[in-house]
Parts: sequence; structure tokens; C-alpha cells
Amino acid sequence: MAIKKIAFIVEKLPYKSETSRLALTHTIASQTVEIHLEDGDNVEPVLAFVGEGVLNCLKNQKALELYGVSSLEAHVKNALLLDLRVLVCKEDLEGFGLTEDSIVMDAEEIGGEVTTQVVPYEEIQQDLEAADHLMFF
Amino acid sequence: MGKITIGCFSSLVGSMSLDFAVKLSEAAVKKGHEVDLWLSGNGTMLGKKGQSKFRDYSYLMDTVTELIKSGKFKITNCEACAKARGISREDTVEGFGVASMDWYLASAFSTDRILHIGGE
Repeated sequence: MAIKKIAFIVEKLPYKSETSRLALTHTIASQTVEIHLEDGDNVEPVLAFVGEGVLNCLKNQKALELYGVSSLEAHVKNALLLDLRVLVCKEDLEGFGLTEDSIVMDAEEIGGEVTTQVVPYEEIQQDLEAADHLMFF
Repeated sequence: MGKITIGCFSSLVGSMSLDFAVKLSEAAVKKGHEVDLWLSGNGTMLGKKGQSKFRDYSYLMDTVTELIKSGKFKITNCEACAKARGISREDTVEGFGVASMDWYLASAFSTDRILHIGGE
């Protein structure tokens, strides 16, 4: 029985490429990984947004209206709904002149109970160091 | 011997990252290691049947076929990424797996090292 911690680090812009979307879908896929593993084994994901990646968390995205695709905002909410640990780099958020009011902090409207954590990069670094594997998107 | 998991999200044509991933897989298998290669995003086009060999474009299928024969190499397309690009199981080269994203994470669970090559 083992738990492997995988850190998904998102540093790419939303919508410019598919990259950040795949980061979120791969992170969420951790919820079904057990079907491939031995009993008791599992993957523990942490999802961290850094650099330009923090823009994936902006509120009021219009991807569905404008592009006909699900928004990154919706994916972040899904991650919160699944009780995933979602971290946003405080310094990078402030660098864009953004605050917690600007980004998705919870998924209460769909039944989510955990919230986004805006933390100093130092704290994200600790999560990266504690991870068994890193995946940069 | 160890196991390496490589996730590659870059396209066959338009980027050399997939070429690198296959070359690295080949080198690792020749050294006796096991390799899982996960293809997601535009990387899924590597598994498309009917590719033509032109000198101006990458063609990796011969190498991939030999790697599959080695028994130490698994190559799997992301099902959703492939289907979004019109590549169904029937369109996929024999020997390629087709799976959901949790396959990649399961491979990551049991691997010694991951090399994650993101998209363009």
C-alpha cells in the first residue's frame, strides 16, 4: 500500500494553447487512477498555478460563449468539488494586479467544500519538494 | 533495470519533441529499461494509421514498431485527445494502447522517473 504524490504545476496561459486544460484534466483523472492500481495504492495530486498560469483561475471566463468549449474556470471548480488541493502563487497573482476576489476561490454553487489556497511561492516549493513526481504544464 | 514514463503532448509534425521522446525511449529500451510513452494532446497523431514517409517530415512509425516488438515498451494514446482529433481506435496503429488519462497517472505511480514534455 502506497500513496504517490504528484504535483501538477501550471505555468501556461489559458486558451493560448491546450496545455493548461490538459493540466486540469490530467489532475482530475487522479480521481479514477485506483482502477489501474493495487488495493490501497493511490495517487495524491496537488495542483499549483504559478506565473502566467494564475490567469487560468480568473472568474467570469466566457469560453463556452466565445469558443464553445468548457472554461478553465469550470475545471478549477471541478477540481475543488473533488477536494483537490489547489494552490495559487500569491506573488504572481499580485504581479498581475489581481486579488482573491479576481479568481475562483470555491465551488460552493456545485457543492464543493474546499477552497483555493493563495499562498507564497515558498509554500508551493515545499509541495514540489514533497512530491514524488512533478508534471509541468 | 528501471522503468521510465514519458508523457509527450507535442505533435508529430511541427515540433521535434515527439522525435526526442521516441529517441529517448529507444535508447532506454536498448539499455534494458522499460518505457511507458503516454501521448496526449497533439501527440496522439503519432498513432494515426496511414502516415506517409516524406523526407521533410518526421516519420517515427518504424522505430515505434520495433520498440513495441521489444516487449519493453508500451505506447498509449489519450482516448479523449485522439477522438477530439478524429482518431478513433479503428484509426490507431496496432500495438498502440488507447486509454483515459488515469493510465498515465497509474504509470507514474509505479515508475522510477517521469519525463513530462508539455505541449506547444
